[in-house]
Amino acid sequence: MSYPTNTWFAERLGDAGIRCDYLKGHRPAHMPCLEIMRLEWAHAAAEARRLDMRLVALWAAEAGPNDPGNAPLYAYMAFAHPEHRHVLLRTPVQTELPSICAHYIAACRMERHMQDMFGIRITDLPDDRPWIRHEHWPRDAYPLRSAFDAQRPLPHEDHGDYAFVRADSPGVYEIPVGPVHAGIIEPGHFRFLAVGEQILNMEARLGYVHKGIERAMQGRSAEDGLRLAARVSGDSTVAHAWAFAQAAEYAAGIEVPRRASFIRALLCERERIANHIGDIGAICNDAAFTFMLQQMHRLREQMARLNRRIFGHRLLMDSIRLGGVAQDIDTAAAAELAEQTERIAREVEDLRAIYADHPSIQERVVGSGTVSAADALDLGLLGYVGRASGHYPDERIEEAYPPYDEFKVAIPKGKLGDVATRVWVRFEEIAESSRLILAMLRALPEGAIHTDWQAPPAGISGFAAIEGWRGEVAAWIRLGEEGRVDRYFVRDPSVINWLGLELAVRTVPVPDFPLNNKSFNCSYSGNDL
Amino acid sequence: MLRMLKQIIRVGSLSETLAPSDQVEQLGEKLRESVRKRFAGSLTIRAVDAGSCNGCELEIHATNNAYYDIERFGVHFTASPRFADMLLVTGPVSINMRRALEMTYEAMPEPRLVVAMGDCAIDCGVFGRDNYAIAGAVRDIIPVDVQIHGCPPTPSDIIQGILAAVESR
Ligand code: SF4
Repeated sequence: MSYPTNTWFAERLGDAGIRCDYLKGHRPAHMPCLEIMRLEWAHAAAEARRLDMRLVALWAAEAGPNDPGNAPLYAYMAFAHPEHRHVLLRTPVQTELPSICAHYIAACRMERHMQDMFGIRITDLPDDRPWIRHEHWPRDAYPLRSAFDAQRPLPHEDHGDYAFVRADSPGVYEIPVGPVHAGIIEPGHFRFLAVGEQILNMEARLGYVHKGIERAMQGRSAEDGLRLAARVSGDSTVAHAWAFAQAAEYAAGIEVPRRASFIRALLCERERIANHIGDIGAICNDAAFTFMLQQMHRLREQMARLNRRIFGHRLLMDSIRLGGVAQDIDTAAAAELAEQTERIAREVEDLRAIYADHPSIQERVVGSGTVSAADALDLGLLGYVGRASGHYPDERIEEAYPPYDEFKVAIPKGKLGDVATRVWVRFEEIAESSRLILAMLRALPEGAIHTDWQAPPAGISGFAAIEGWRGEVAAWIRLGEEGRVDRYFVRDPSVINWLGLELAVRTVPVPDFPLNNKSFNCSYSGNDL
Repeated sequence: MLRMLKQIIRVGSLSETLAPSDQVEQLGEKLRESVRKRFAGSLTIRAVDAGSCNGCELEIHATNNAYYDIERFGVHFTASPRFADMLLVTGPVSINMRRALEMTYEAMPEPRLVVAMGDCAIDCGVFGRDNYAIAGAVRDIIPVDVQIHGCPPTPSDIIQGILAAVESR
């Protein structure tokens, strides 16, 4: 697949008087990387905002093997436009970089992450508290600087507590929750300010499951890196592995056989269905509707078992390999997959009728935790969270990477932005993913399931955006000597969607928080890296 | 309501006997009958994710589904470490979770059974020991009774690991 160079944004920048150069060692051409001057950084972000582009991600990297060497670091940002795809911008950084929060509020945590990891000072940052860097980290530890000794656990130091948002009013009380939560879920801290039962403000403090993934990736072979990428967020293993593989394949100029891309999509749609099924059950359970939890978990288990039998892993880990997929499906397996997909879609519809007809759950979900369309657009909310609130980015449509260039994906377009709508979107997506799987199985092309992985010359970077079940997973990878990973950055959709949760629960009573939290089900691990 | 009942009757009972497991590894001293007696057929678990990718958590959830139904063995999950008999720990222990893990362990009453679940909990797994953000495997931070291998371990391995832990003291 080769597309022409995407010149749309470069031309718009030119119109605004911002000079940019195409970075030669970056691929693919339809998602180019443009280099601009640091002075124009915030101006370029303002232009992107004016053009109704969505902020995809913001990150930094040390200069790569092919960079001129007049700057130690580069900052990157990626934007997407519904009709003009993705574009990356980068600029050399010495020590400081202006914040783009005035244009994109979702940039804030990513800028804090850059400060934490590189010691880059972001100027005009509205919230410059450390983010992933917890209070016990040594002051001068910047883990993504090559001078940093990353081999040993950081020593523990005492630097006080995180400065949570406080309220001085005597009627307001604080509820600290976590990092160890009541249920069997990932750890993180929520600080509520409440008046009576009503939440005034909820602040998430994350970073507890920070595993140094970005640094641990450096120096690994691409194959080994893929295994790690598949564990950025275990519930989204297909999406993350696909994003990593596709970014690497773009960088290497490798085209994946069509049959392999079909199987990748099939895996990804199964992951979407399984997670939506599990979440619908869990949401209902948080409103004491255990019947639905048990029914949904029964279906989820059936999917896990078939996954193991056909693809060798219940959660589909390591089913994607560089250049293709690890496991082919024969006619019998295809028939089994089709049979199960049809049956589960049907059963989910039956359960949906029960859910819709059950006032005790409906009363809890309808109107709870609303995010307005204006806020969803402002934050750039992704996946089902965006789709419930009038914001509909979907990379299967916008980026239309194979095999979605052959299939028209219908996305549910919600508007009300409450828990009920997020659940509705998930039900709709289960139906649509089932339809897609069946269509793909019918049209499954013959041929190889992988092609040989051949690393590109050192210094080449690639970028990919894959629509995982939570939304867009954006991955950027630069390969170094001997095809080893030189730098990997990934933005899980949760990085953005966590902001939506904070907004949503400002209108709900404390006991409805779990329900809302589940309806978002953001990843901690994917956020914390 | 009628539809719910119909559905429940139609699905019926799904619980299965567990397949034998070779993924469970007992550490520490062998079986002390008194422990079995002390738990009186009921065991309460506090699960702590000390840095997992969430894959292990999904499989802990699965132990509660109708096929495995861990509750039939008298095993329950609890929110409070204060009345937990066992700590089920997943993930490599991140430096940012180390303190919370230690505090949870300290808050538990004796005998504080600990199960390290998953390859990460056992030896840091794919994230590696030579990593600034990882304090170590679970065993490096708190005493461990039983380890359950797998990435993630299957629900059936998890249940058998939990039962083995009860018998390991
Ligand atoms: S053992 Fe595997 S599934 Fe479990 S936390 Fe580690 S990487 Fe995730």
